[in-house]
Amino acid sequence: MKDYDNSMAIQMRNVCKHYPHFDLQNISLELPKGSIMGFIGPNGAGKSTTIRILMGLVQQDSGIVNVLGNQMPTHQIAAKWDIGFASEDMRLYKNETIQWHMDYIKSIYPTWDTNYAKQLVKRFDLTRHQKVKGLSHGQRVKAGLLLMLARKPKLLLLDEPTTGLDPVARHEVINELMDVLLDEERSILFSSHNTQDVEQLSDEITFIDKGRIISSENKESYLEKWRRIRLEISSDKQLPSLTGMVEQRRSGTQAIITAKSFSENMAETYRNCGAHIHSIENMTLEEIFVSEVQSSRAFNSSLDAATTGDNMNKGAAA
Amino acid sequence: MDSEFILSQADGRPMYLQIIEQIKRRISIGDWPAGHKLPSIREFAVSLRVSVITVKRAYQELESEGVITTQHGKGSFVSIDSQLDEQLREKDMNQHLVEAIKIAESLGLSEKEIKLRIEQLYRQSSKPKTTNQS
Repeated sequence: MKDYDNSMAIQMRNVCKHYPHFDLQNISLELPKGSIMGFIGPNGAGKSTTIRILMGLVQQDSGIVNVLGNQMPTHQIAAKWDIGFASEDMRLYKNETIQWHMDYIKSIYPTWDTNYAKQLVKRFDLTRHQKVKGLSHGQRVKAGLLLMLARKPKLLLLDEPTTGLDPVARHEVINELMDVLLDEERSILFSSHNTQDVEQLSDEITFIDKGRIISSENKESYLEKWRRIRLEISSDKQLPSLTGMVEQRRSGTQAIITAKSFSENMAETYRNCGAHIHSIENMTLEEIFVSEVQSSRAFNSSLDAATTGDNMNKGAAA
Repeated sequence: MDSEFILSQADGRPMYLQIIEQIKRRISIGDWPAGHKLPSIREFAVSLRVSVITVKRAYQELESEGVITTQHGKGSFVSIDSQLDEQLREKDMNQHLVEAIKIAESLGLSEKEIKLRIEQLYRQSSKPKTTNQS
């Protein structure tokens, strides 16, 4: 890529991938080096496909993918030395021990850090000489992460790293991930259903639904835009429909408004309409996530309705 | 030091505000005196287990309020301003009073009633003192 930006760990531009029952459409995202991106979306939204494209495991139909300066999938072999990938369904050899796996990965990757691996065994509360088949789900996930972390990859691609872990194990994993970020050259992209983890850890947040990116931006400015406004207005008065308003719920004189691009002007406009504002509240990422998906789906289905309506008119004309 | 910072997701306020508040408390109780060097943004973020961008935002706000100053390449320091502790506590108190007024208004109390309530509570809570201030 000519205009590859050296400060970026990941750059994706207009990436598309077609499957018989699913389309990944125009995925564009950037992850600056030294930062961590939370990738969220409902089941089947395209998170895993996107991650697999970044890993070179799936080839995009069109669009540009650059990972750590390597164009993908052409230079995937070079890229993979520096990428650590972990997913829920990591396959380990069930008749071998954790130690066997550690020796195996060590023999392939010169960056393997034996001391760090030892520390991780302790911190993850694992037993080196235990065979994989005797491990619980949580232990297996942690073993997979250990094998990846001890190689010290520059970019960590994690597909649901904390899913199915108990709270203690989740903390152990999160602690290790945060330690990775002490190094300004290392970066993480992780997908998760757990909006709480994403809200706490991420510098960047990317929302994906039905193969499309709904939004991708810096967490602080993103959270800052969303507000819930509780107000009181006499029931015979109308509330104006302002741009940036996603939802309006009224019951008697009480109204709750959800705004996705809140500004003080918005509150002022409501006041000028005779509303008395009780509170303007911040929203959690979980609440934003649900609003975002619902409003984006409502918008798309209204587009669909418009096009079907159009076709029907044409049909009538013909 | 950092272990005494506790961020809560049950708190309801954004993380960056919780960080700001706890740093201010550190300063106002004198744990972090003027000139004290704050941890680097990245170190602080890692030890708090929150994103770098959240700590960065907290530092930026503290800087714009004049609570800390950042010297390029050297780090962030508690501002050298002897009035600061008092200012912070005063600001803190005002915030609490504003909150109380809001609640009182939602209960339908008038300005007069609110003042009366404050006077009553003041008499109850404060022990007799010699008032040497004019």
